[in-house]
Amino acid sequence: MIHHSKRRALTAFAVATAGALVFAGCSGEAPEASEDTGPVTLTITANAIAGGKNAAEADWFQDWVIPEFEAAMEADGKDVTVEFEPQGVDDENYKTKIALDLQSGEGADIIGMDGIWVGEFAEAGYIKPLAEVGGDSVDSWEGWDQIPDAVQSALSFDDERYGVPQGADGRVLYFNKDLFEQAGLPADWQPESWDDVLDAARDLKKLDGVTPIQLNAGTAMGEATTMQGLLPLLVGTGEQVYEDGKWVGDTDGLNDVLDLYKTIYVDEGLGDAVLQQEAAGRDTSFQLFAANQIGILLEGDYFWRSVINPEEGVGTAPMANRDEVVGYTKIPAMKSGSGINDQDFVSMSGGTGRVLNPNSDHPELAWELLAFMNSADAYEARNAGTLAITPRTDVNDEMLAEDPMLTYVSEEVLPITAYRPPLAAYPQVSTALQQASLDVVSGTSVADAASAYADAAKDIVGDDAVSGG
Amino acid sequence: MTTSTTTPAGSAIAPRRRRADDVAGLGTVRAGIFVAPALILIGIFLLFPAVWTIWLGMTDYRLTGLQAASPEFVGLDNYVEALTDPSFWNSLWLTLIFVLFSGIIGQTFIGFGLAWSVRNIHGWTKGLIEGLVLAAWVIPASVASFLWLVLLDRRSGTINGLLGTEGTAWLIDHPMQSIIIFNIWVGTAFSMQLFSSALSAVPPSQIESAKMVGASGWQQLRDVIVPNIKGHILTNTLLITLWTFNTFTPYLVTAGGPNGKTEILSVYIYETAIPGGQLGLGAAISLIMLLINLVIALAYVRVSKGRNKR
Repeated sequence: MIHHSKRRALTAFAVATAGALVFAGCSGEAPEASEDTGPVTLTITANAIAGGKNAAEADWFQDWVIPEFEAAMEADGKDVTVEFEPQGVDDENYKTKIALDLQSGEGADIIGMDGIWVGEFAEAGYIKPLAEVGGDSVDSWEGWDQIPDAVQSALSFDDERYGVPQGADGRVLYFNKDLFEQAGLPADWQPESWDDVLDAARDLKKLDGVTPIQLNAGTAMGEATTMQGLLPLLVGTGEQVYEDGKWVGDTDGLNDVLDLYKTIYVDEGLGDAVLQQEAAGRDTSFQLFAANQIGILLEGDYFWRSVINPEEGVGTAPMANRDEVVGYTKIPAMKSGSGINDQDFVSMSGGTGRVLNPNSDHPELAWELLAFMNSADAYEARNAGTLAITPRTDVNDEMLAEDPMLTYVSEEVLPITAYRPPLAAYPQVSTALQQASLDVVSGTSVADAASAYADAAKDIVGDDAVSGG
Repeated sequence: MTTSTTTPAGSAIAPRRRRADDVAGLGTVRAGIFVAPALILIGIFLLFPAVWTIWLGMTDYRLTGLQAASPEFVGLDNYVEALTDPSFWNSLWLTLIFVLFSGIIGQTFIGFGLAWSVRNIHGWTKGLIEGLVLAAWVIPASVASFLWLVLLDRRSGTINGLLGTEGTAWLIDHPMQSIIIFNIWVGTAFSMQLFSSALSAVPPSQIESAKMVGASGWQQLRDVIVPNIKGHILTNTLLITLWTFNTFTPYLVTAGGPNGKTEILSVYIYETAIPGGQLGLGAAISLIMLLINLVIALAYVRVSKGRNKR
């Protein structure tokens, strides 16, 4: 109903301003010619920008995808222009922007998004199943055979594919070997429990000007808190954020997680609580880690291949000696065997990907471009800039061996990892979890923070869908 | 408003009366056509959004998810939710503190103080001082906020460098004080300019007489200056109140944080509606804010009318 009256309002607006010279600029371009011959313009957007966030991806669009695809189209006798609309903002802001774009019937033809947004975007009708938008050639694409089902599910909702996943990732504990050496800790560190991590942090605390551990907390960094803080800890207690039809509530596991936050930030001052409340806290933590001022940091492989990547123009906090100084290790469960599936070590994985805009004027051509961007050749070109774990097994088999860290993630971490539930309510629950960690870090008791969270969760999904007290 | 009722009716002057009512001689229809574009624009840009906000405020419309596709009418639920939510009242309370200290006290008093202290200076010094203060006003808010982020930065901030308070996180430890001072810095120029022109309109003869009878500076201020510029003080205070109440710029400095400590009403609405996705609830709170604005605006109209009559 809202869309309907909005369109009416737009019509009224158009009528009212027709003929007014001031508005002549808004009246749109000439209608585009047919898809067979062109000229046609396709647009891609992603939260990537040259020289800034995800710079390697932005460069890959500009230097490889666009010229190669245009050339391939030209060879087919089609006049196709591809434009990249860069963004370089917080993920939360990017999400808002694309939601507003899609809601108003606008937006790029191909849109990069976090897999966890797929549910709520699909429910809102902003995106449609891929085959519905892109046509018959979607299901017959050769790439699907190369992408494992678990990876495909990152961009699926209700058993339908909504987009093409862009890669797989995993979370590890990063540590600074130089600082470890100074604190008398081993360079091949592998903690077996949360206590081992705390012990190492206590040793690091003796060093001057060093924050022993930074564990993402708070609302300022949004989903980074949930994904690189709360959830990897929660699975280490044997609980999942969504299990057997219920969301986590005021449970023992959540209390243990919040207790750990309290130990680190409030009781022992092993982490910098103020940093977690700063608006740019996550970026600052990257800078501090790169400046050898943070001992231990829980982050995804994105941190390794993008943020601290020493290659020119790739990282936002490059570390020239990354390969020598930065160690990585699996995240231990609370105690040996206490993780989900009785695991000793745990991780969380997510996935980003790209979807087709249902409002696209040339959906089938857009699919052609999207498939082109996910071809083995495209991933090889992409990995020439910065290596990442791709969704395609054929590409991974060939290329990952070049990077020990990504091989580690792919071989050691992905088999033990867990995924967020692909449900529309997840982002709201996630925000409530972030608030709970913020409450603890800023001085609220664990019991109060946990019960406030449980109340918030019940407000979101209903009393029956929340476990625990 | 044209009133010509004092003219006695008569056949000779009847045409002239019509002319007075319809000066351009267009007739109702043609005059209507002339103002129609303006009315349509007002309708589209003012009336429609307002009505739209009221409608949205009575739905559970969200940015994403099922409620984005088919929002349901929930009546006054959003208003009940907002008015029973402690964070709404907290936000309103923060707004009042912010308006009181940064607007009414800060900008008015400092603006007056500046205007008062430069009133007898002439030539380039006055221009320089006024120019500096105005610069703060002219600099775009986004630039000014960036400047302040750098000033107040915990690790390498200028303020910490100057005061030797290395490591003080002003925006985390004293967030409300920070945005109050920020807003005073940004907005004082208006008060200064307004008071400057008001002071220059105070009859010099009155000040001279006061001086001749031996009035001190304070007494001159109290008995001569303030009574003369009372109207300006009221206008200034009301305008500043309205602007400060609605301003969104502090968001650029603290983003409403930490933990909502600087979540003034405009920021609260933004956080609820856009990142929070609750467009319906956000619209409801917007309308509450609009009503508060209306009260302030009415007060302003009343006061300025009262002054005109006098």
